[in-house]
Amino acid sequence: MKAISELNLPEDVRYTDDHEWAKKIGDVVRMGISDYAQDQLGDIVFVELPEVGSSFDKGEEFGTVESVKAVSELYMPIGGEVTAINDALADAPELVNSDPYDGGWMMEIKASDPAELEALKSKADYLDILKG
Amino acid sequence: MKDKMGTTGLIFNEPLLWEKGSPGRKGLSLPRRDVDETPLDAALVGDGPDFPDLSELDVVRHFTKLSQWNFGVDSGMYPLGSCTMKYNPKTNERQASIPGFAGAHPLLPESLSQGALELMYDLQGYLGEITGLPAVSVQPAAGSHGELTGMLIFAAYHKNKGKPRTKVLIPDTAHGTNPASAALCGFTSVGVKSGPDGVLLPESVAELMDEDTAGIMITNPNTLGLFEDNIRQVADIVHQKGGLVYGDGANMNAVMGIVNIGDIGVDVLHLNLHKTFSTPHGGGGPGAGPVCVTPELEPFLPVPRVVKDGDIYRLDEDYPLSVGKVHAFYGNFGILLRAYSYILSVGTYFKEVSQYAVLNANYIKERLKGTYHLPYDRPCMHECVFTDKHQQEHHVATLDIAKRLMDHGFHPPTIYFPLVVSGAIMIEPTESESKETLDQFIDAMKQIAQEAVDCPDCLHESPQFPKVRRLDETAAARNPCLKG
Repeated sequence: MKAISELNLPEDVRYTDDHEWAKKIGDVVRMGISDYAQDQLGDIVFVELPEVGSSFDKGEEFGTVESVKAVSELYMPIGGEVTAINDALADAPELVNSDPYDGGWMMEIKASDPAELEALKSKADYLDILKG
Repeated sequence: MKDKMGTTGLIFNEPLLWEKGSPGRKGLSLPRRDVDETPLDAALVGDGPDFPDLSELDVVRHFTKLSQWNFGVDSGMYPLGSCTMKYNPKTNERQASIPGFAGAHPLLPESLSQGALELMYDLQGYLGEITGLPAVSVQPAAGSHGELTGMLIFAAYHKNKGKPRTKVLIPDTAHGTNPASAALCGFTSVGVKSGPDGVLLPESVAELMDEDTAGIMITNPNTLGLFEDNIRQVADIVHQKGGLVYGDGANMNAVMGIVNIGDIGVDVLHLNLHKTFSTPHGGGGPGAGPVCVTPELEPFLPVPRVVKDGDIYRLDEDYPLSVGKVHAFYGNFGILLRAYSYILSVGTYFKEVSQYAVLNANYIKERLKGTYHLPYDRPCMHECVFTDKHQQEHHVATLDIAKRLMDHGFHPPTIYFPLVVSGAIMIEPTESESKETLDQFIDAMKQIAQEAVDCPDCLHESPQFPKVRRLDETAAARNPCLKG
């Protein structure tokens, strides 16, 4: 597994304590799991995502990610309605491992309260959590 | 023995059965037909199954070679945590092959099945005595099936009280199947976080327990191998709100003859005969997961029940509150038979069984705790949980350690479970292993820890001795091939 200094943690996304990330792209917020999360999980073999049009509150479980080690729940970084999911993950779940912030994004939502995004952690704050 | 147990030897490759044989070859000759030919209904006529054409020797060699690739309790130590891979004494197999039992048909009338019914009736009594929960059904076929039966009993109990409930509390140190069993009965599972010492805190349960909660499912000892010291207080809190306490008895091997499960407040408990009572398991079954309940819950047990009227044993369906039938016929009878044989063989020594199981786990824990990180340093029960924290510094993970153990001739322990411990290595030696074997295992673990420092890549490339080297688990999960 990677040492903390080896992790890829972009400055332009926000992080949660549960290791999801979120980023504003135009009118929507895109989300996925962090490099730390994919590294801890190991090879990902299946990603289960909700249907477009469903709505979730911040912190609510929206799907699961299955690796060779375990099945883990995914939690909403912020609340909102799902506008798109990354269909590519159905055939290529390994994108979450190889490219967690770009090809491995999970879904896009219309935020119910845009201020929730600002309240998420910056890279520096997230690093503090990882360092424990 | 001074040498490492694992070594190399001649191992045979073996094709699939369909790749062997020759058209027309047979393994047996059928007797000459002595009845007239009769036309079959056209609806029954079709192509036969695709069976390979093989001689008896082709088949015997095939399965003998496959068995040589295998590893079982009869080959070596199998410290798979939470699975209680204890030795299965051969006398149990001998009793199970007695023709009167082995050939018994489940549709025989009761008058011709008295021996089998008596055995089931007596087994219920023994399990009731061992657990302190006197009413028993031996019908469920597995631990998870016992859990499901237990949750059906929870639901039936609350329904009968006139107020169905919707939630079940499940600690983070319970077995992974517990939430699924609750969900199948329509309950929502509510997680309870264990305290800093790895055991449940009464206040955490009190905070979540309410009158819409059917009860709690507790694995005790829990999946960290720790005894839930606060179980009695937790049970009182749940009972005060009208809830029930389910005990996952998969870890019963630690407490037999020591803890009376009824006295600590458990209302329903399942046992795994294929773990604690030494019947063979692995490979998916068959198993047996009897449920033991308090007298108050007896009316809800599955039917048919085995009962005794005077000197006659019979099957009784007349329990109107019963959750119904949970298995075809009466469960996996052959497994019940082996467990019965084991119980009679052990006799009055059940307490010693558990004491040795706990002693062996604590011996491993103490001998290895300087080498491997021990997340909860307190006396354990029948299993102990380490992590790969120290080895991570050398980029060696739990998976590498587990794979390397195969080269030493040991089955790997359970890994990455329980989930509350990152990189968990969960070791359950059971009472079967001698001190010499435990010492060999400890030496192997220490050598592997040294190797993690000296040659991390040797571990990444392990196992090196078995017929099949490291499998590509990711490819198998992403592109499963499910037929020959």
